[in-house]
Order: sequence, then C-alpha cells, then structure tokens
Amino acid sequence: MVTAARVASGDSDGREHFRVELPTDLSQVGVVVEAVVSCCQTVASVSTRTEFRLCTMVAEAVANAMVNGNRNDPARRVTVDIEFEHDRIIIAVSDEGEGFDPAAVPDPTHDAVLDSTRGRGLFMIRSLADHVAFNDRGNTIWMTLTRC
Amino acid sequence: MAFSANRDAGGVTVVAVEGQLIVANRQDLKQLMQDALDQGERKFLLDFSKTAYIDSSGLGALVSISKKVREAGGDLRLAGLNEDLRSLFELTKLDTLFTISETPSEALAGF
Repeated sequence: MVTAARVASGDSDGREHFRVELPTDLSQVGVVVEAVVSCCQTVASVSTRTEFRLCTMVAEAVANAMVNGNRNDPARRVTVDIEFEHDRIIIAVSDEGEGFDPAAVPDPTHDAVLDSTRGRGLFMIRSLADHVAFNDRGNTIWMTLTRC
Repeated sequence: MAFSANRDAGGVTVVAVEGQLIVANRQDLKQLMQDALDQGERKFLLDFSKTAYIDSSGLGALVSISKKVREAGGDLRLAGLNEDLRSLFELTKLDTLFTISETPSEALAGF
C-alpha cells in the first residue's frame, strides 16, 4: 500500500506538506494517484470536480516522469510532493532524468497531429491546472489547483 | 477488473471501462479489442459510465483502437462520459474523431 507521508506541518502559516516516493514502475501509477487523492481528501475535502482534475494531472505527470524523465529505468525514482497552502493545493512531481524544454512540446490539437496516439499529456495538465511551472532543468513540474 | 465485455442482442460488443483508463492498463483494453476484431466482431460500444478518469495514454489507446476498427470496416462508438470526461474530449478535440452518445442505450440505437 502506498501512502503520502507527512513531511512538515506549519502551525503559523497553515502549510501542510506530504510526500510519496516510488521507483519507476508504470503499474504503480494508479496506486500513486489513489494515495495523492486520499491525502487531499483527508486534508482538504476536495470536490468531485477537483478530484477528477487531481487524478488526471497526477496520473499524467507521474507517467511522464517515469517514461520521458526516467526512461523506464526502475533504478530511478519519482517523487510527488503535495503542499496545502491556504486555498491552494500544489503538487510537484520530480524525476531523475535529464529534463526537457516544455516550450518545445507541440500543440496536440492541430489537425495534422489530431489522430496521433501520443503527445497530449502536457496539454492536458495545462488545461486542468490553475497554474503550471517547471524548474530550469525541466525534471520537476509544479501543478497548482485552487481548492473548490 | 477494469474492463468487461458483453455482446448485446444486436451483435454489438459492449466494453465497460471501470475505474480508470491509464498507462498501466491501456494495453489490456487494446488487446481485448484486438481479440474481438480477430474473432470477427465489427460493432463496438465503449461504455464509460463507470470511468473515473482517463490519462493521455488512455486517450492515445482509444485513437489507436479507433484506427484499427475503422481499418477493419467496423464501427466504434463511445458513451456514458461524465461532464469532466466529455470536457477532456472537447479540449483535446478528440470529440471530432469519435462518435459519442450521451448514454449506452442511445449509442446502441444508433448502430
């Protein structure tokens, strides 16, 4: 069973921080999603709509981290950090890969690539999150949701 | 069990997707559909009434399945998408690639 471990709890600023770490194993993506959603439900009682967004975004980001970041190498790990800050939930997903340039990812809704079987992940995350950011190296993505 | 398949009286193979369609199980759905095609089935309804979420790998699997059914001269329809899933198809413009019905019964009536 995978659960999110508490990393920090701030009494003064109201921040709560949890973490899930796992080796690269695509069979565990759904399990990680369940752990993250369970954590969010416990701490923030999120709505059905927010839960859908969380599930999709986390599944997407963790799969991207394992496949594109860690190149399916089981020796490399993926870390999911969940921070609760006032009215926001911030999910950070990090891998141990070389990183990528998010600006170089093409729009998957263009007619020429619409029937492609790949390339929609980042677009979906950007569409579902209220804010998306990356570190300079491109191996950590931060996805922010406003609680509702 | 994420997927269950039944053949209705009209000869439509109805596949229910339960829980999620993601990178971890998409291959199972593709294999199920390929097996049905190999057995001569040509009319398919994918029922998402009990689906919580779909990731991009799952959407990619649906695109791949759609191509294979079309190449075999078959007919694939989707139904039972909740509001969030429907929005996902719309924002990725995949709603333009698939025949999508509100309910499974509505989809079955269309074959």
